[in-house]
Amino acid sequence: MCLGIPGQVLELMTEHPDLARVDVSGVRRVINIGLLDEENIQIGDWILIHVGFALSKIDETEAKAALQFLEDIGDAYADELMALQSSAILDEQQAEVPDAVRG
Amino acid sequence: MRYVDEYRDADKARALAARIAQLCEPGRQYKFMEVCGGHTHTIYKHGIEDYLPEAITLVHGPGCPVCVIPMGRVDDAIHLAEQSSVIMASFGDMMRVPGGSRSFLDAKAAGCDIRMVYSPLDALKLARQNPDRRVVFMAIGFETTAPSTAMTVLRAARDGLTNFSVFSNHVTIIPAIKAILDSPDLRLDGFLGPGHVSTVIGCTPYDFIAAQHAKPLVVAGFEPLDILQSIYQLMVQLSEGRSEIENQYSRVVAWAGNAKALSVLTEVFELRPQFEWRGLGFISHSALQVREKYAAFDAERLFELPGVRVADPKACQCGEVLKGVLKPWECKVFGTACTPETPIGTCMVSPEGACAAYYNFGRFSRERLQQAGSPLAVISR
Ligand code: SF4
Repeated sequence: MCLGIPGQVLELMTEHPDLARVDVSGVRRVINIGLLDEENIQIGDWILIHVGFALSKIDETEAKAALQFLEDIGDAYADELMALQSSAILDEQQAEVPDAVRG
Repeated sequence: MRYVDEYRDADKARALAARIAQLCEPGRQYKFMEVCGGHTHTIYKHGIEDYLPEAITLVHGPGCPVCVIPMGRVDDAIHLAEQSSVIMASFGDMMRVPGGSRSFLDAKAAGCDIRMVYSPLDALKLARQNPDRRVVFMAIGFETTAPSTAMTVLRAARDGLTNFSVFSNHVTIIPAIKAILDSPDLRLDGFLGPGHVSTVIGCTPYDFIAAQHAKPLVVAGFEPLDILQSIYQLMVQLSEGRSEIENQYSRVVAWAGNAKALSVLTEVFELRPQFEWRGLGFISHSALQVREKYAAFDAERLFELPGVRVADPKACQCGEVLKGVLKPWECKVFGTACTPETPIGTCMVSPEGACAAYYNFGRFSRERLQQAGSPLAVISR
């Protein structure tokens, strides 16, 4: 229950300024955005939702930066990875571990 | 969100793992605690430990709010639910948590009116729909959840509701981390900081960990790559001899936290002098009670409660698991007498509890692979 889930704002309720309709992986739901008063939430914004309340606005720039970091690491190790992948004992790891990671 | 798949990319995970392995000093062992149960869940679900070098051990911390509720509080809540006027509203996670003799689920089967809700606002709605009943919300959770309860109390006050109250079992994370740092059982090299608690409290409350205990903490997100990246950041700090607070989860966590959430939290709640944590014992100033100003919404003031302290069952080693001293499978009753269906301890109840996470996903774990003599256990280092 401690987990938050990301959702995207579809509609702001004009009559109830602390409520918004959001899309959470295809499910539409009204949630309370009163804890984000100072964030000036707009349609299209991504927010983190926990027990019916938006707790924080998700920063797309930061999300992209984090991914860029991961991409860079990926590049630096691409060769090593190729070597890893061509290694015979690692076939099993290739087969098993990625599934574990993707859940 | 659209990034989720990218945060689960197995190639990136291996690249990160390779970097982490390079940073390990030969002969040195590293122990990191993930404070939050959400991290424990991801770690087992995605087999993160299989990616890590053998020198790195992850130990599970106390950050599962269901796991730390002591038995006596469950008994008090059931006592409330037994009043014929009362509708008890609770998150689903609480239903199987064992009290001294019964759980909510048992009490419900015996006729108590206990309803599962997703949000405290659902409990408020129940109160509006049932004006002749008294709705009590079983409030649990760390600083992630407490502001939502506070907002709901403020709402009830504004609407003048007289049949809604909360039974506050909210706890705060910093005193628990302090208790663990002060405990002599455990030598830790760093922490993965709780991502969602930090959306509320921000990153500065962790400063003492770096300043007074000289240990690094990285606030971490919940995707597999978030966790690996956070471990990488911890390793970089250690290899450079630094101990600082860093925020890996900055796409969600603002350094200063959420000021509005903190202000409603302090408007409605104040620190209790003492609160008992299951397995950890009494920790001072570690939990929240409703302020006098909102006494009309405080179940502890509105109802007589037995308030009897119940010792944890002898067989249960949740305390050791919550402190990271024992791994779940090292508990004597793990998987035999204690399972998610018949939990003895709370760590087996919540999906964020270390025992439940390991029970459900443990097949990926390094130790199991080793025991089974799997080649994966060797090559995945
Ligand atoms: S197996 Fe059960 S009793 Fe043992 S530590 Fe885990 S939850 Fe507690």
